[in-house]
Amino acid sequence: MNAEERFPDEVLKTYERLKKEAEEAGYRLNPDRNFTLRLVQGLLENEKRYGYLCCPCRLAFGAKDKDVDVICPCYYRDSDVEESGACYCALYVSDDWISGKKKHGSIPESRPARFMRDGYSETPAPPSSPTPSSLPLPVWRCKVCGYLCARPDPPGKCPVCKAGKDRFERFM
Amino acid sequence: MKFTHVPGQNAKHRVTLYALSTCGWCHKTKGFLDTNHVQYEYIDVDQCQGDERSEASNKVRELNPRGSFPTVQVDAEVVTGFDEDRMRELLEL
Repeated sequence: MNAEERFPDEVLKTYERLKKEAEEAGYRLNPDRNFTLRLVQGLLENEKRYGYLCCPCRLAFGAKDKDVDVICPCYYRDSDVEESGACYCALYVSDDWISGKKKHGSIPESRPARFMRDGYSETPAPPSSPTPSSLPLPVWRCKVCGYLCARPDPPGKCPVCKAGKDRFERFM
Repeated sequence: MKFTHVPGQNAKHRVTLYALSTCGWCHKTKGFLDTNHVQYEYIDVDQCQGDERSEASNKVRELNPRGSFPTVQVDAEVVTGFDEDRMRELLEL
């Protein structure tokens, strides 16, 4: 029953790339190889359907601006891994999950119910938020992992979690 | 909505699964029902288009206000996520 299932080459290659990138940045892929390969297959299936790697365990709207928070890695990954031992689909897990200290099972959905119903929308910045014009460069924040950098534009890819440029916000 | 019917010897309860074809927990739920020979019907909502997709996701939200997957209806009870203990209890396994 636990025999290795057959997966297409592109799934195996993507799995190896994600595993390498995760480990380099201090994240862990779920060590249940068949389970994880199936998730990777689901991610690639979603990329073919929608044009981006929407979470395999969430129903996509099919419009990037509505699904942007659940493009893998999702905005909820880091806090879910920290609190529940795994992200929502359990592609990424914590050391406590791997060692068995955290119970293996599906975790509660952290995505706000209104996003589940209507899709993602930006929370407007509070009117009093500081925007110091004295800074020589704007500061950009990765909404997936919190990485900050000061440069004219956000990086093409987050150097920590590999999230794309469109997932950065102006922080200061 | 077009459901796929899965026959099984254990047909004591009416079981309906709302799933995503790409989701690991939905896959585990199907595997659990199959291993226990439970008769059930399921729909992979991500494979539905247009009106059927909205009808199915509205139905999921009616059963489970979070609108998450898998959502399993066992008679009048609803199980959200892959919850083996709760399914065993409801299915008397």
